[in-house]
Amino acid sequence: MNYLPWLIAVLAVLGLVYLSRRSRLVSQTLLYGFLGLLALVMVLPFFWMFVLSTHLTSDIFSNPPPFWFGGNLMANFQAMNEAVSVGRSFLNSLLVSSAHTALVLLFCSMGGYAFSVYDFPGKKTLFAILLATMMIPGIAGIIPWFFLITKLGWINNFLALIIPGAANAFGIFWMRQYCQNNVPTSLMEAAKIDGCPEWSIFFRVVAPILLPAYSALGIMQFVGVWNDFMVPMLVLRDTNMRTLPIMLSYMRGDPTRGTNVGALMLASTLTVLPLLIAFLSASKYFMSGLTAGAIKE
Amino acid sequence: MTAQPGSALKRQSLWKEIKRNRVAYAYISPFFILFIIFGLFPIISGLYISFFRWDGMGPMRWRGIDNYTRLFTDPTFLKALGNTFIIGLIAHIPILGGGLVLAHLLNGTYVKGQNLFRTVYFLPMVTSAVAITIVFSSMFGYNFGLVNYFLSLLGIERIDWLGGVGAHIKPAIIIMFSWKWIGWNMVIYLAGMQGISNDIFEAATIDGARPSQVFFRITLPLLKPIILFTLIQSTIGMMNLYTEPVILTDQMGGTRNMGLTVMMYLLNKAPRGNNIYGLASATAYVITIIVIIISLLLNRAFYERSHLEKEARRRRRAGRIV
Repeated sequence: MNYLPWLIAVLAVLGLVYLSRRSRLVSQTLLYGFLGLLALVMVLPFFWMFVLSTHLTSDIFSNPPPFWFGGNLMANFQAMNEAVSVGRSFLNSLLVSSAHTALVLLFCSMGGYAFSVYDFPGKKTLFAILLATMMIPGIAGIIPWFFLITKLGWINNFLALIIPGAANAFGIFWMRQYCQNNVPTSLMEAAKIDGCPEWSIFFRVVAPILLPAYSALGIMQFVGVWNDFMVPMLVLRDTNMRTLPIMLSYMRGDPTRGTNVGALMLASTLTVLPLLIAFLSASKYFMSGLTAGAIKE
Repeated sequence: MTAQPGSALKRQSLWKEIKRNRVAYAYISPFFILFIIFGLFPIISGLYISFFRWDGMGPMRWRGIDNYTRLFTDPTFLKALGNTFIIGLIAHIPILGGGLVLAHLLNGTYVKGQNLFRTVYFLPMVTSAVAITIVFSSMFGYNFGLVNYFLSLLGIERIDWLGGVGAHIKPAIIIMFSWKWIGWNMVIYLAGMQGISNDIFEAATIDGARPSQVFFRITLPLLKPIILFTLIQSTIGMMNLYTEPVILTDQMGGTRNMGLTVMMYLLNKAPRGNNIYGLASATAYVITIIVIIISLLLNRAFYERSHLEKEARRRRRAGRIV
């Protein structure tokens, strides 16, 4: 092997580091070059996925591989629909993720609100227990968990994905932090004096204040369930019940057809794209919410 | 004797207090009910099952710690454990180190367009692991993969990432895993850095500190609790590593089980395959205990350090006063 190019590369890097200490222009170029290159690396797999979903498998297996969009999107779309029912899986994923997210938001905001505003006997102990449950890795109980789901008749049932995690400790903790900083007790007392019942205070007065917290926690939960693979793989057996990740894994593993890479990439694109678009359109808000929420921990 | 009526009164008022706050109990009850059913109960009975031989249907036969000894004499399990540790240890370097460096660069005012970079680095986190692993497995293809194509442009020979003797399966998993998680850690560190008062950074900059000095002398020590948090989080993540290696290779981790993780081993025993529920439950407990031990060790390492520092600071202050 020829070491000369490597030697030159190392010397060049050292030289650049030396220069960057002297000159602002060099250091700025290096900084943006590094960040930009990394950004390219992050985006490249997505871009390639989009590109491949417009090519036939025969074009994909060529050298050099295709770098730009081709004209076979419709052919791949047809092949994909012959192999799996994407629409069905898409609806399944949407249903499961929405139902789970809605329940999480309801239960976690109720719990967080109670822990932040009420002063009831045993509050400290219960909250300590709640925090402690976050430390226990849930994996320890996975086998009995599976049996429990079987006994409940939840195999091939979306309830198995929706109910068990519907009130999670992290969500309650997150909501409590938000309530403590944003829900004024005076407002509630005024409502109480006006004869507003407790549950009505929560839904009419408190819930609107919590909207920003709802959106951040909601996005996190939705993304988690939409992308989950392990639990649905254990629980959903029926073809009609498959969520998108399960559908993808079957499509890839179907040996009778031979893998149609173009169609597979199109299906992957359809799995990834909705969340990607949602995230990008809300990214400014979401990123600041994520960092702001964590500070207060 | 005089305490008797007092405590009765107290009990009565406690009961009244509880009754008055019944709404609060109602609000927190979903969590505790669901946790007892789907969390506590499975965890406890998991320990119980791990001492039996059981196929999931027939009678359970007591085996004591047989399942555990069987586990630690099974070369496949030891291989899976080793794989998980190697992948975890190496992947932590780019994920945590890189995440820290990125957070540092994208905090403050060094870079224009911070939000764009932050968003792009975070993108992998919102994508399905299955979908993106499928893309990566095509990028790692031997003849027509993108990675090998770029390597060939650099004059490096093609690498048989997912086949051959399996030597490159772990690197492939590590590359993919780092790609996915670096942005997440960056965001957590950014959150921590925003908790540090800006005055400290400004004072340091005015005093002529270079960015690298600010990073090592100020940011890093102040971020210690958050670094500990991410370390424990990613340890749990590593021990639960499943989707990526399964899709990238197969159930058994590809050639010579080079990509087999403990989580794959567990689910291969049951309920996905062989219905060896006792052994699977024992595996789950071993994974849990390893996570707990690592967390405790990390906690201790971080805590003792900071304790020493506190001591030193106190001495310094005492010296100044004298």
